[in-house]
Amino acid sequence: MTAVRAIGDPVLRLDGVSLAFGGVKALNDISLDVREHEIRAIIGPNGAGKSSLLNVINGVYHPQQGTITFRGKPRHNMDTHETAALGIARTFQNIALFRGMSVLDNIMTGRNLKMKASVLEQAIWFGRARREELANRAKVEEVIDFLEIQHIRKTPVGRLPYGLQKRVELARALAAEPSLLLLDEPMAGMNVEEKQDMCRFVLDVNEQFGTTVVLIEHDMGVVMDISDRVVVLDYGRKIGDGTPDEVRSSKAVIDAYLGVPH
Amino acid sequence: MLYREAGQFKSTYAADSAILPIRQDRIGLALILLVAFVVIPLTATPYLFSAILIPCLILALAALGLNLLTGYAGQLSLGTAAFMAVGAFMSYNFILRIPGIPLLLAFAGGGVMAAAVGIVFGLPSLRIRGFYLAVATLAAQFFILWCLTKVGWFTNYNPSGVITAQPMVILGYAFDTPPEKYLLVLSIVTLMALAAKNMVRGNIGRQWMAIRDMDVAAEVIGIRPMRAKLLAFAVSSFYCGVAGALFAYAYLGTVEPEAYNLDLSFRILFMIIIGGVGTVLGAFLGSAFIVVLPIALSTGVAFLDSTLHLNVPSSVGSNLELMVFGGLIIFFLIVEPHGLARIWQITKEKLRLWPFPY
Repeated sequence: MTAVRAIGDPVLRLDGVSLAFGGVKALNDISLDVREHEIRAIIGPNGAGKSSLLNVINGVYHPQQGTITFRGKPRHNMDTHETAALGIARTFQNIALFRGMSVLDNIMTGRNLKMKASVLEQAIWFGRARREELANRAKVEEVIDFLEIQHIRKTPVGRLPYGLQKRVELARALAAEPSLLLLDEPMAGMNVEEKQDMCRFVLDVNEQFGTTVVLIEHDMGVVMDISDRVVVLDYGRKIGDGTPDEVRSSKAVIDAYLGVPH
Repeated sequence: MLYREAGQFKSTYAADSAILPIRQDRIGLALILLVAFVVIPLTATPYLFSAILIPCLILALAALGLNLLTGYAGQLSLGTAAFMAVGAFMSYNFILRIPGIPLLLAFAGGGVMAAAVGIVFGLPSLRIRGFYLAVATLAAQFFILWCLTKVGWFTNYNPSGVITAQPMVILGYAFDTPPEKYLLVLSIVTLMALAAKNMVRGNIGRQWMAIRDMDVAAEVIGIRPMRAKLLAFAVSSFYCGVAGALFAYAYLGTVEPEAYNLDLSFRILFMIIIGGVGTVLGAFLGSAFIVVLPIALSTGVAFLDSTLHLNVPSSVGSNLELMVFGGLIIFFLIVEPHGLARIWQITKEKLRLWPFPY
């Protein structure tokens, strides 16, 4: 596979985004950009607003102020299914798989936007419905091969161990062939080996498919190793932004993580 | 021994996503269909047709409709009988007011009208869920029956409210004996069950289950909850509507609002709970259980009464049936909360290994 990885122009830009729940300011005047093909990490202490930021990007929350520009087009209060149609996929901090369904069905659901057959066509399982089902199944099998989960294809997701569930969730997001992938703590709660696997998958996705990745992660070793640029949040404010080395040596970031001497 | 799929390899995705991927299942279903379409019509008595087989199939169709909505899409509904009533009364009016309309088209039209009503009463599901939605659909149950009783147009201004259903005629052939009615009902139910199975293994079925299991995640991957939920209400109500029309035309012989009361809604809900929520097979097993068990119990009581000369008063006998019936339902729910379909699934797992322990 040829490397398509060459960091390009910004695909996503947030300008002065603020989000408040009543009196709590989850996000306060956040501006940042995400460039094509890069791995962009978001870090910060608990409650810093990292997940809220992802939720704003994919439309779960609508910010009260500020603009979000995706691929040159400003968007206003877009719903999540609309951002999904634009090519934004995500995984969740707490696993959000469809527990009553098999691994295969979960990943197939990730391709629902690629299937256009009407309910009637699906009911008679003929023509377009059948063709689409089989073509998308082939695509899903590629994702299954890529993430090395062939052996659990038909298993109900509820029976899988935590690490594999995380991987299935990534598979479901990848099945949509997103151009921007949002990962909310993909390595949380994993052992070292699972973390290494997950890192490899994130890097491979980024390298082979050219997918832009925005990820939240608490493991600093992972963040410093795999990300191109890091943004640091604290109490809803951006306190740092730059390459891992720049962020590591920033005084504001050190203060936020280690505390300030009185 | 007999039920072992070792050696049956699938080489295409089409074979792997078939409804029955295991050969023994296909043979089993073929045998069941053979019995249902050929053996039973040749051997069964009129009583068996009219009292057991026909209502069993029709209620299985309604239960299937409810299972698509409640079992697959996760939207609890108590208005099933009302949607059936819409199907029955609209079919009646189509046949009455459009001379020469084909019977099946009238049934389908009744189903479509039920689907439209279902969408309207499904609108609350966009904001509320669970028990609250069940109460909202209860409104459908009362409002629709009230409407059918009070608005004369639906009953063609019939003073008694009980209308004799028109004879069922397709292409000049009248379906009026029990075996003929049975075959007509069986054909419709088989085709619609096949369609339901296709839907639930396809994209729309996955969308319904995704909404049921985790609606936020479903929306994030591009599913529109409003569309998926209303579609579930529409398809479910269509199934109920057709079942309602068959209930009036092939089973009761009359079209009357009282046949579609809340009691019927509850019975259909019990069918899917006992049969298995979220399975197509469960609708049939549950319907058989609920329809056959009371009859079997009353036969049993009558048999004991006559052989042992107990002289059980009829009131005690009928109450005894109700108590045993209720007790059995509770027993089943405790032993297997996922229903009869789950028991069948476990049996199949065991059969794969039989006669070896593991």
